[in-house]
Amino acid sequence: MMPAMFFVLVTTLFPLGLSPQPELLRTIAPGVVWVAALLAGLIGQESLFKSDYEDGCLEQLVLSAMPLPLIAATRVASHWIVTGLPVMILAPLMGLLMDYPTQAMGSLVLSVALGTLTLSLLGAVAAALTVGLRQGSMLMPILVLPLAVPVLIFGAEAAARAARGEDAAGALYLLAAMLVLGITLAPFAIAAAVRVSLES
Amino acid sequence: MSSLHEFLSMGGYGAYVWPAYGLAAIVIVINIALPLRRLRRLQADIRRRAGAAP
Amino acid sequence: MDKYRWAWFHRFGSPPYVYRIAGLWAPWFAWVAGLSMVAGLYGGLWASPPDYQQGDGFRIIYVHVPSAYLSMMCYGVVAAASAIGLIWRMKIAHTVAVAAAPLGASFTFLALITGSLWGRPMWGTYWVWDARLTSELILLFLYLGFIALSRAYEDSRSGDRAGAVLALVGVVNLPIIHYSVVWWSSLHQGSTKFFGNDAEIQTSMLVPLLLMIFGFTFLFAACLAKRVQGELLERERHSAWAAEAVR
Repeated sequence: MMPAMFFVLVTTLFPLGLSPQPELLRTIAPGVVWVAALLAGLIGQESLFKSDYEDGCLEQLVLSAMPLPLIAATRVASHWIVTGLPVMILAPLMGLLMDYPTQAMGSLVLSVALGTLTLSLLGAVAAALTVGLRQGSMLMPILVLPLAVPVLIFGAEAAARAARGEDAAGALYLLAAMLVLGITLAPFAIAAAVRVSLES
Repeated sequence: MSSLHEFLSMGGYGAYVWPAYGLAAIVIVINIALPLRRLRRLQADIRRRAGAAP
Repeated sequence: MDKYRWAWFHRFGSPPYVYRIAGLWAPWFAWVAGLSMVAGLYGGLWASPPDYQQGDGFRIIYVHVPSAYLSMMCYGVVAAASAIGLIWRMKIAHTVAVAAAPLGASFTFLALITGSLWGRPMWGTYWVWDARLTSELILLFLYLGFIALSRAYEDSRSGDRAGAVLALVGVVNLPIIHYSVVWWSSLHQGSTKFFGNDAEIQTSMLVPLLLMIFGFTFLFAACLAKRVQGELLERERHSAWAAEAVR
């Protein structure tokens, strides 16, 4: 719920902060929607491991018979449904607010879907690394955002190309490739990070 | 480079070249000085501790 | 005789050993660095002619390029040390990573500022969002994140391991980040490449540049050796070997 609201709020800040002129909004729409989705994804990551860490469930997960990377992957997937999916659904709406062409909505939604999934994976690594720290919630975005730059670049470009009527397939494929890389590697990083956080 | 004046003005770019080199010198000196200082402080600290409680 | 082949490697797992050889090698590294840099600076600032396009302003490359090179090489050191530390559970490796990171961050910072100073007379602005500078900026954030994370843990052992995981995630990401930034830069700036004229580098420029890169690398090695010594003493200040070593 909160990430979705944050997404909407951040998007509306841009016309307010810049200007509501349709020409400007149309130019910045892909970038704004994407940056807002990125930031909303960060808000969501806080809740991923924190409550489990505090009530001891995280230790139970580590001790369970199932491989920790698998548990991590499923946790991220279920977490995305609650945080990333609403953002994905609201993205076309935000696009409309910024005069994003309706025929390109498919590409926008697809890029946001692929992107938020990858961001969830990256964010989960950072969340797992910082869950035990006192200042962890401030440190987490700083860790994630540099790693998220490629996702932002390709995602926003995919949306921008679609808006211009050009072929966005190349950028979308790259997004998908990064997602696949994330699905393959992130669970192991998350598992290692959880173990480090628990041992301290 | 024939004269000191030419050297210092760097063909008019002196205002950019010399601060760049100056900053490089500062970064290098700091990177050398800080570890050495810390090392000396730790060594003195450990010596004192070993002396106090042999 | 396999176990003797790896003995040299496992010797590095011993803090007193590493402390001793770091102390022995550091002065030599420093001398090589000093000589190399003096030679490079002479060749770069005095003996070589001005660039036909950029006049004398190009001479900033003699500090910019070595800094940029070192900023990336150092991240490689941090990542490799982190991997060794995690795989072989060698605390020394983590100590090296933690010692190297601030050095890398300082070189990244230097690369950014010198790059900016280089660009200002050429392009009129203090910052240019070109591929290399933008990549360096992101690299700086990666370094700062590593440093912040490893220091945020109260237990330095856990902090080391957390930082190591982050460093490995970062090093996998680094080529992706660099490629995406290059791609992004080419989209938005057409074919104007800011630092792209490496192909036209002449010998009179190349030799001093290589000397400076060589010198910076050995300087890094010397500083790293001293930092590792400091880290080891800090972490093992109550141990017997430390008392013995500082006598």
